[in-house]
Amino acid sequence: MGNSLLVTDNITMQFGGLRAVSDLALQIAPRQIVGLIGPNGAGKTTAFNMITGVYKPTLGKISFDGKDITGLKPNQITELGIARTFQNIRLFSSMSVLENVLLSKHVRLKANPLEAILGLPRYSKARKRHYEECMELLDQVQLADLADEKATSLPYGKQRRLEIARALATQPQVILLDEPAAGMNPQESLELMEFIAKIREQFGLTVLMIEHHMEVVMGICEHIVVLDHGVTIAQGTPTEIQNNQQVIEAYLGAVDEIA
Amino acid sequence: MDSRQNIKRLLTLGLILLSCLVLFFAQGFLSSFNIRILNLAAIFVILGASMNLVLGFTGMFSLGHAGFMCVGAYVSAILTMSPASKELIYYMEPIIPPLANVHWPVFPAIVMAGVVAAFFGFLIGFPALRLRDDYLAIATLGFGEIIRIIVTNTITITNGSLGLKDIPSIKSLWIYWGFAIATIWILKQLINSSWGYAFKAIRDNEIAAEAMGIDVFKHKLLSFTVGAFFAGLAGALMGHLITSVDPTMFRFLFTFQILLIIVLGGLGSLTGSVIAGVVVTVSMEFLRFVEQPINLFGLIIPGIPGMRMVIFSLLLLMVILFYRQGLMGTREFNWDWILDKLGVARRKERGVA
Repeated sequence: MGNSLLVTDNITMQFGGLRAVSDLALQIAPRQIVGLIGPNGAGKTTAFNMITGVYKPTLGKISFDGKDITGLKPNQITELGIARTFQNIRLFSSMSVLENVLLSKHVRLKANPLEAILGLPRYSKARKRHYEECMELLDQVQLADLADEKATSLPYGKQRRLEIARALATQPQVILLDEPAAGMNPQESLELMEFIAKIREQFGLTVLMIEHHMEVVMGICEHIVVLDHGVTIAQGTPTEIQNNQQVIEAYLGAVDEIA
Repeated sequence: MDSRQNIKRLLTLGLILLSCLVLFFAQGFLSSFNIRILNLAAIFVILGASMNLVLGFTGMFSLGHAGFMCVGAYVSAILTMSPASKELIYYMEPIIPPLANVHWPVFPAIVMAGVVAAFFGFLIGFPALRLRDDYLAIATLGFGEIIRIIVTNTITITNGSLGLKDIPSIKSLWIYWGFAIATIWILKQLINSSWGYAFKAIRDNEIAAEAMGIDVFKHKLLSFTVGAFFAGLAGALMGHLITSVDPTMFRFLFTFQILLIIVLGGLGSLTGSVIAGVVVTVSMEFLRFVEQPINLFGLIIPGIPGMRMVIFSLLLLMVILFYRQGLMGTREFNWDWILDKLGVARRKERGVA
């Protein structure tokens, strides 16, 4: 516990009469890959929204790197070093691939608008450096040759990759991936897994991901948290989770309902 | 240095020289009536470009532009009128003492008008920009009207509904177009900067922009305040062009005239605002003939006042139906496009502003 990077101390989110997430307690160590799974409506994205500041938890506390970040605004949390992607892709539609990534550098820019208007050196130097960093990043995620394309004209899988690149460009310590493999075929999911493992090594990242593809979750996560109706029903290593009776019931129950 | 870069520099220099030449000859040879129309066009260019920053680039549906113009027009008028004429004009109730004797030169007064309007923009934006879309439109529309009503009722400062007359006149094309060109340049620099991209990101997807670390509220307020600054500037110029101001000039219908310009030109294109600003203002004058009685092959149509607006409404309808993006969409004028058309070889290059 002492060396956890991101800790949620029994956070609860209450929407009127609905308790979307109750008493979620996560301890995520640096450079760990943690999976957050559960049936639809289990409260996974709500948990993400609390960590990233979109919602303020009704109860509980979130701390990051020893600092209390509960109730901070999303942009402040990003500035501190937690970046995220979205379940439904939210790229900036009027901008090119490069501009999408470059935008994430805005938060790291130390200059004022006046310097930008006059093109003073502090601004233009920083801007040039950011541009080079972004091109390098695009190169690493194999999107460099598409840098000038419109972001929304990319194929689906590449848009997902761009979303991750955009989050990486904010220079985070923790990255939260909301269903990165959604809508991907097995081959693409496999590539995505390798990609996530690679960026973890390269950027020394801690990863928290929501995912429905079990191959991806079991293949890459070192620790898994299972939610059902907002309640944490299990935590543990992939093997522990696979043999957990409650988890099997939660998932098979969901299958029963469909059938 | 890239040869293409050099060509572009030369072309820009050439364009500046050409516009100076055009201004010089226009100033020398055009009738004062035509010069006046061109000056009005410059004012609408400033208005269009600044409102486009707020609406087109940042995506805030704000309709308070006329209110900020009103502030600017009054500030500059009060600062520049001579103490003698103030004494003459404020005959209902005299102007309050500290303002009675100020007599600023025109140039700093116009800039001051922008600053005061920006301050009002900041004050209004602070509560109003927490709203979105049509709610923001209603709120800013209301604030714009409130400004006008305050101006009507603070008689010891603004002379109320009697308005101000005898404002020092500016006739020179150089001043109006100087301000217009400076405005376009500043806005261009801002829009192509990191802040400009942040504005566009907020317009495209506010939630994602916030998640990428952009302080949405701060950026909206910045855009809104800059927009108000230039609206104030344009208002001041308007006062000096027609040498009188009164509160009814700045009804919210005026805002819709600017809206017409930016929708015609393209939301999110400065170039579009410039072109539409000039075209609309100039044709607004030259279409005056449709309001005169017309003899069409023996068929005599009596003059109908307001026919011009019908033509513009039809034009707007056509644009919305068939050309939703406006004249330019979100594209901007650039030399690359022209050089490509002319077939000048392009070397692989990519840069950021």
